[in-house]
Amino acid sequence: MLSPSSGNTVIKSKLIGRRMFLLTAAKAIVTFGIIGRLVSLQINERTKYKTLSDKNRFREWKLAPERGVIRDFYDKEIASNQQVYQVHLIPENSKDIEKLFVRLKTILNITEKKLFYLRRVIAKQKPWEPIIVSDNITWSEFSRLNLFLHELEGVKPIVSVARMYPDNSSAHILGYVSQVSAKDLQTKKYLKDLHVPGMSIGKTGLERKLDEEIIGKIGFQRYEVNAYGKRIKQILINEGQAGKSFKTTLDFEVQKFTSELLKDKAAAVCVMDVFNGDIVSLVSSPTFEPNEFVHGLDKTYWNSLIKNEMKPLTNKAIAGLYPPGSTIKTLVALSALENGVIKPLDTFKCEGKIELYGEKFHCWEKDGHGIVNLRKGIQRSCDVYFYEVARKLGVDRLSETAKKFGLGKKVLNGFIEERAGVVPNTKWKKKFIGQNWYLGETLHSGIGQGYFQSTPLQLCLMTAQIANGGFEIKPRIIFDKKNNNLREYIKYKNENPNDPLPTDLLVSNFELKPLFKNQEHINLIKDAMFSSSNEPGGTSYRHRWENKKFTFAGKTGSSQIKRFTEAQREAEVKQESLPYKDRDHALFVAYAPYNDPKYAISVLVEHGGSGGKAAAPIAKKVIKKVLERHELRERIDSLLGEQA
Amino acid sequence: MFRTRSIQSSLSIKDKILSIDYILVISIFILGLTSILAMYSTDGGELKYHTQSHILRFSVFFVMFLTLSFIQIRFWHSQSYLIYILFFILLLGVKYFGLTSSGSKRWLDLYFMNLQPSELMKVGLILFLAKYYHRTSIENLNRIRYLFLPVVVLIAPIILVATQPDLGTALLIAAGGLTVAWLAGVRVKFFAISGLAFIALLPIAISFLKPYQKSRILTFLNPERDPLGAGYQIIQSKIAIGSGGLFGKGFLQGSQSYLDYLPEKHTDFIFTLFSEEFGFFGSLFILFLYAIIVWRIIKIGNVTRSNFGKLFCYGFGTAFFIYVVVNMMMVLGLLPIVGSPLPIMSYGGSSMMAIMLGLGIVMSCKVYKDTPVN
Repeated sequence: MLSPSSGNTVIKSKLIGRRMFLLTAAKAIVTFGIIGRLVSLQINERTKYKTLSDKNRFREWKLAPERGVIRDFYDKEIASNQQVYQVHLIPENSKDIEKLFVRLKTILNITEKKLFYLRRVIAKQKPWEPIIVSDNITWSEFSRLNLFLHELEGVKPIVSVARMYPDNSSAHILGYVSQVSAKDLQTKKYLKDLHVPGMSIGKTGLERKLDEEIIGKIGFQRYEVNAYGKRIKQILINEGQAGKSFKTTLDFEVQKFTSELLKDKAAAVCVMDVFNGDIVSLVSSPTFEPNEFVHGLDKTYWNSLIKNEMKPLTNKAIAGLYPPGSTIKTLVALSALENGVIKPLDTFKCEGKIELYGEKFHCWEKDGHGIVNLRKGIQRSCDVYFYEVARKLGVDRLSETAKKFGLGKKVLNGFIEERAGVVPNTKWKKKFIGQNWYLGETLHSGIGQGYFQSTPLQLCLMTAQIANGGFEIKPRIIFDKKNNNLREYIKYKNENPNDPLPTDLLVSNFELKPLFKNQEHINLIKDAMFSSSNEPGGTSYRHRWENKKFTFAGKTGSSQIKRFTEAQREAEVKQESLPYKDRDHALFVAYAPYNDPKYAISVLVEHGGSGGKAAAPIAKKVIKKVLERHELRERIDSLLGEQA
Repeated sequence: MFRTRSIQSSLSIKDKILSIDYILVISIFILGLTSILAMYSTDGGELKYHTQSHILRFSVFFVMFLTLSFIQIRFWHSQSYLIYILFFILLLGVKYFGLTSSGSKRWLDLYFMNLQPSELMKVGLILFLAKYYHRTSIENLNRIRYLFLPVVVLIAPIILVATQPDLGTALLIAAGGLTVAWLAGVRVKFFAISGLAFIALLPIAISFLKPYQKSRILTFLNPERDPLGAGYQIIQSKIAIGSGGLFGKGFLQGSQSYLDYLPEKHTDFIFTLFSEEFGFFGSLFILFLYAIIVWRIIKIGNVTRSNFGKLFCYGFGTAFFIYVVVNMMMVLGLLPIVGSPLPIMSYGGSSMMAIMLGLGIVMSCKVYKDTPVN
């Protein structure tokens, strides 16, 4: 069509060449632009991108640390760990959760309700966060799961360890562990970096008290994962650190024995070493099954627990508040002696009741005890004698002594469920009730009724401090080699019987804190307690041990639930004939053996009637058991002492 | 065909073989070997499907390239329009008989391979316009009626490709065509006017964009907008390249690609993979090879006598350069992800075929540099 001349062609060539030159320049600029970008990405920002690449590559799975175990004094595990099989699920790794659920249902035993719950959890959390489908499956389920694992994308079979309690006798003092709740995460700081799905934490008792240390340090597995989150290979594993294990002062054998004794009763027992405060046994009944809490509580079981009027979840030994009843008479007498209000041989006449401003105050012995001095007053637990003593003493001086001996305050460390109780006095009443104190109330206080509230542990501590000669001890449950000063003092005293140390030297040489002004007063109380248990007419005489090895000295008590009406009193209504809920709580405190006190005990039986009938027999058996095991305990103690 | 053979005979076989640009051939060969290494790495260090198929394609088309080099330049000139029409028919064929994959219809099933005619059109359009402007005199060049045909042959395939939809390839075809037109001497004002017209029509064009295309553009502007969706590719690619550092993570050690964080690692993101494993110096090496290839193509354009040859070499060289930089800028996060392969490196038969065809014609311009086309 067109045939360009050769001149035209040359001009065109030049034009093309010119424009090409411009293009080449543009290309050079673009090329340098690309090189610049490469420099910026691969040289200047390489650290940043390397980090990002590693963040892509690596994913960490936290590993719940193994919880430390809790042992008894003889190194028997009373809260141990067992291997459990679990099913975890990472929702993002599953293509179709619903299909997976259907498949899982054929393999495991999962209810619709559980699936509903799982769906809700999945909707709430990030898709790559694992959820626990089931935290305790049987071995046969576990092996079946592994067999079908290839069709269960996203499912991880996990072998883990979980808390296991060999026995439920110590459920209350040990407490239980359970899944971390949202509230726990908010309130407990130490959980902040620690939280692993499925981790259990201590909710009550020792498990809770020790939680921070016993829980251990979290471990992790670092995996290289591909873009779909599939683990390609394990890069690093940090096992974490198992929690610290603890040795307690408890004697598991005694725990089991006592627990068996208290079966079917709403009761509590506390046994304490009178020299160092070691709690040998602390049992509350009825008990519950702590293993049920570890893997998510069954609703019906939970309901049965909270509906039970015997309150199995309450640790009655430290959280149950009861008027100390006649057990307080030991302190009333001591306080009166110490304050010089009475002399041991001062007598009052008991005619079954006294009258004060028209109000009648009855003795439990309708016909009266006749002429009563201090020893007889405690032996027979004469109410009238103590009305008179209390009237002379006054409630404020009584409360001072009671507080000194550990009533009205928490005596254990770190148990959230422990309660302080009440030691009433005039100030207290003004402050908390807003009224003035009446003299009649002093009389009630003198026999441990009225506003007085105490825990069995406090009563045990009170008794122990009387038994050891009146020195302060601190109850403890975690074994500790130290703090046996009192024992050393006793040893010294036995070696130098004729060389009594003055009080100030006791304090400076043995770091003891005497709770008395005159130790003779303590001995008077101890002797009176002996007579109460071992001399005819004593309130627990029927349940004494003849064998010197086991002979104990105790004090009965019953704390009134409902005041007797005059009509009931006239009719001589027996406790047994009252409705269960209206019966008195039975109390008994004691120390043993009488001639060389080693242990103190307190027993409470809710609505058990009188202390002498319901509580003392239990104490009798427990005392024997504890003393039978004393030599063994002593031996281990001295071995441990040598180690130290 | 007879005429072609008779002119060929004026050069001896030895002359022809000696006149081949060996620097270009060797560069392409090295690039080919590099691409095979990269492909081997995408297969996870095993000689699997992608690697095998890439080796086969490279071998076949490399031989094709060498063979085409000896075809008379006059043949390419005389058959330009026909070739363009053939490619255009193939494109039309795609519209009616094409294979659909991930939402777009780009391929023709030829039984032995799936052909992507839009890739061939990249070369076809350059060929057409090189001939057209070779034959248009400098006086007529900027006359409106002489602009009519170029506009039609430019727009028609672009519309076909853009509606496949394959916006990236459509833009790259346009880039090649416009380059030739501009090089031939079409005035800048026409480009300016059509550019303004394009901008004016842009809102309408955007309304025709598929949602995924809109999202790609938005994502390019802000990759973190949707880190797990559309921005994912850009972010992961930048991480891969950046984490390569100076010397790279080592052959077969690119965790980003090995662990599947890198999308499309065989095709569009092959440079990313290489860059991750061989680092800054590896990237420079690839860039250097491409620079040599482009330089040699332009150089051939300089020495070839005919304006057809010059226009084709310059046009193809520039288009080749554009393909390379668009791909690189894309994976470096400098351009939106438009889906354009890296010449020779990327996995894909049609792209390889088109590039080798273009290179064959370029080499023919070298071998017959002094032969007048008409």
